[in-house]
Amino acid sequence: MCVTCGCSDSEETKITNLEKNQVAHYHSHTLADGTVIRHAHEETPHLHAKIHNTTINLEQDILAKNNLIAAQNRGWLNEHNILALNLMSSPGAGKTTLLTRTINDLKQQLTISVIEGDQETANDAEKIQQTGCKVIQINTGTGCHLDASMIERGLKQLNPPLNSVVMIENVGNLVCPALFDLGEQAKVVILSVTEGEDKPVKYPHMFRASQMMILTKIDLLPYVQFDPQKCIAYAKQVNPEIEVLQVSVTMGIGLATWYSWLNRKVGNSVL
Amino acid sequence: MHELGITQNIIAIVSENAQGKKVQRVLLEIGKLSAIIPDAIYFCFDICAKGTIVEGAILEIMEIPGIAKCHYCNEEIYLEKPFGRCECGNTHLELISGEELKIKEIEIEELCV
Repeated sequence: MCVTCGCSDSEETKITNLEKNQVAHYHSHTLADGTVIRHAHEETPHLHAKIHNTTINLEQDILAKNNLIAAQNRGWLNEHNILALNLMSSPGAGKTTLLTRTINDLKQQLTISVIEGDQETANDAEKIQQTGCKVIQINTGTGCHLDASMIERGLKQLNPPLNSVVMIENVGNLVCPALFDLGEQAKVVILSVTEGEDKPVKYPHMFRASQMMILTKIDLLPYVQFDPQKCIAYAKQVNPEIEVLQVSVTMGIGLATWYSWLNRKVGNSVL
Repeated sequence: MHELGITQNIIAIVSENAQGKKVQRVLLEIGKLSAIIPDAIYFCFDICAKGTIVEGAILEIMEIPGIAKCHYCNEEIYLEKPFGRCECGNTHLELISGEELKIKEIEIEELCV
């Protein structure tokens, strides 16, 4: 086989120039319409043993595998009429506290199960378990986020009932989780007023990917330098569509609005 | 450091597509708004490639600029961050490029007989 054009050797004519030690290959190709093309390659014989490179066009999305599994998760959740929310924040913003209170308050209305993501320990899962709801803990070890295949395995273990809600508490991190679709219906970002009000512009990917921002610990506003209006303006700058709620879980402020948002979401997904 | 996981993905995809041959070059397309830092990928690449058919391959990264279209005036603007404001004052922008995260092409070694 000719290494230059890949055509077969069988019909080739070889012309050897002994003076220059060169071999010329002549090939003829017959195209589909009957046209015969002849062409030649001139090269020295030892070239046939050389290594050359082939370029393969891949055009492949690096996250394609994750996105495919996420789509499968989404399909499974839809079939089972389950609303899945992906809760994300930096560590300590109050995700677990918001979750336990929500589960307790809505016990009579909604069946909520939880997938907990942390690098280490089952502490959060234990806290959630005390509410009596189904929970599984995923420890990512060195990983800084949950991905779609972890959720796929998590859902199998959790086996949430039909017409229910699955809360996925992601690893506390405002960077990486934004990138990985888990198959959830919406991403919710939680930001506490003890953090910087400019976090939406510091971590724009997270706030852009989220449908809802919940400001927590607002009972602490008198003691901290945090201007909620400024923070909301930053969030809207990054994501003009983002919805915003302000809550204090320990004082019970703003929770009714959160619950009605949740019920609306359930109404939309569970028909 | 999600770049480590991303780079492991890259090595896995490249290995799957290299037809068992040694990989000489990998060309990536990374958008400037993709939340992926090319330097971190360069840093992780050699470590992740070690012991695989990708070991020793040259990594090239093509950075794709961020471009958005304004919802109001249809003007196209360049972005350095995944948000911004159009000259008309509007912040409703639709990103049209800059979020790429792709393996564009690979070059494999072919021994001719």
